[in-house]
Amino acid sequence: MTIDVNVSLFRFPSRRLPYDDTSAMVAFLKSQGVTQAWVGSYEGLLHHDLAGVNQRLAAECAAQPAGFLLPFGTINPLLPDWEEDLRRCAGEWKMPGVRLSPNYHGYGLDVPQFDRLLTVAGERKLIVQIAVRQEDPRTQHRLLSVPDVDVQPLTKLAARHPATRIILLNALMSTSAETQAALVQAGQVSLEIATLEGVGGITRLLKSVPANRVLFGSHAPFFIWQSADLKLKESELPQPVVDQIRRENASQLLIHNGS
Amino acid sequence: MIWDLHCHLSGVEGRTPHEQMARLMEYADRMEIERLVVFMGQQFLTDPTPDQFRQQNDEVLEALSHWHHRAFGFVYLNPKYEEESLAELERCVKDGPMVGVKLWVAVRCTDPRVDAIVRRATDLQAVVFQHTWQKTTGNLAGESTPEELAELAAKHPDAKLICGHTGGNWEIGIRAMRALPHVTVDLGGSDPTAGFVEMAVRELGAERVLYGSDIGGRSVSSQLAKVLGAQITPQARRLILGENLKRLLLPILKSKGVRL
Repeated sequence: MTIDVNVSLFRFPSRRLPYDDTSAMVAFLKSQGVTQAWVGSYEGLLHHDLAGVNQRLAAECAAQPAGFLLPFGTINPLLPDWEEDLRRCAGEWKMPGVRLSPNYHGYGLDVPQFDRLLTVAGERKLIVQIAVRQEDPRTQHRLLSVPDVDVQPLTKLAARHPATRIILLNALMSTSAETQAALVQAGQVSLEIATLEGVGGITRLLKSVPANRVLFGSHAPFFIWQSADLKLKESELPQPVVDQIRRENASQLLIHNGS
Repeated sequence: MIWDLHCHLSGVEGRTPHEQMARLMEYADRMEIERLVVFMGQQFLTDPTPDQFRQQNDEVLEALSHWHHRAFGFVYLNPKYEEESLAELERCVKDGPMVGVKLWVAVRCTDPRVDAIVRRATDLQAVVFQHTWQKTTGNLAGESTPEELAELAAKHPDAKLICGHTGGNWEIGIRAMRALPHVTVDLGGSDPTAGFVEMAVRELGAERVLYGSDIGGRSVSSQLAKVLGAQITPQARRLILGENLKRLLLPILKSKGVRL
């Protein structure tokens, strides 16, 4: 049984992907033993009408078996009246969290609007997912060159917002072990394994990040789902740690959330 | 049967090549990889002098020394030093156990000094693994693109050329290799992006696609998943995971008396 905290729906801007059809994705994830997937929307990367994006995401999740796809609406704190988008995510659609793409939306984590977002999300008990990258900058479309998010400012902010649960998605290629350790020590920050590389990657990661802050994330359908799954075999891990990463840590985040 | 075309000592725990190789084999066993091809030494050197590439190859020879039943080596050369590279090719392939050549980023593969190396490797039935990338962010000065490898391949129709990383930007790399049936492509060393293997099989045929990982910098999992998670036939999967590489290496292995 696995809870995958890093899945997206709809079409990626520059590529068709084998599982970019929701029903096919759900069937596939179930066949792999996934019991729940936390999903954002690829539409949220470039669309300005994020209320529409989030409405479609909520509807798409609602059309699937209850509780299998948990929607994480997209928020861009630089857009006018973004707090209304966040209110709808929490209030109307009962989303457990929101997903941010600061690099696609053109802001750094040091802007005051992001600070404000962490405050409001914390008040509403929303989990905040920050997607640090979608695609290796070396393979991006030339007209869509998007650098990774610089997560350095988050260390201070996570400490200032101790009630806000934050998950970094696709962060492990572009952050050092020291930064990862500092982030998880500073506040309620968790990391997922989609972009973890190097032989025996999880064993190495656990030298700097405690097991209760590591989540199963696949970055499907952009990445092949089995990549994350096999990492739990490649590293020699005690079964309790595997269970923590596969589902227990994610479950705990939802319990704290009240979902 | 899984054979990994693309393994390095660098990035693997261990103080000596022996220790690093033993560690690599632990991962191979855990992930059910039967054989590994190893090239380049304990450090990555982009523009090695002859002394340096000889040392790099000595490290690989040391790593292989207890693992000839499970591992093969490619000789790392720098075409800037053509004469010394040819001598090293004789030492490690003709007179040694290695079965292929690795060319990295010291010079682009359109450099005329590469031709003599490819010709001699072909005489010896050795494969030539040429690193390629076409980075949106810009290549290194001596880093070959897949289109440059296509130029080299057109001049050497009998060579067994491997397009390393399939150009990294694989949607472009696959296209560049499409018209060159004697070139195979290496899947290793890029993200496990969905659709890569499906496109390679569709455009090149499964017979021209080779599983490689680029460990230790990459994880076995992310690279193996490209093949295990691809929507291809079981026969195509078997070819890519090992049968193609075995077929490619069989002539030189036979010439060296290696039994499989």
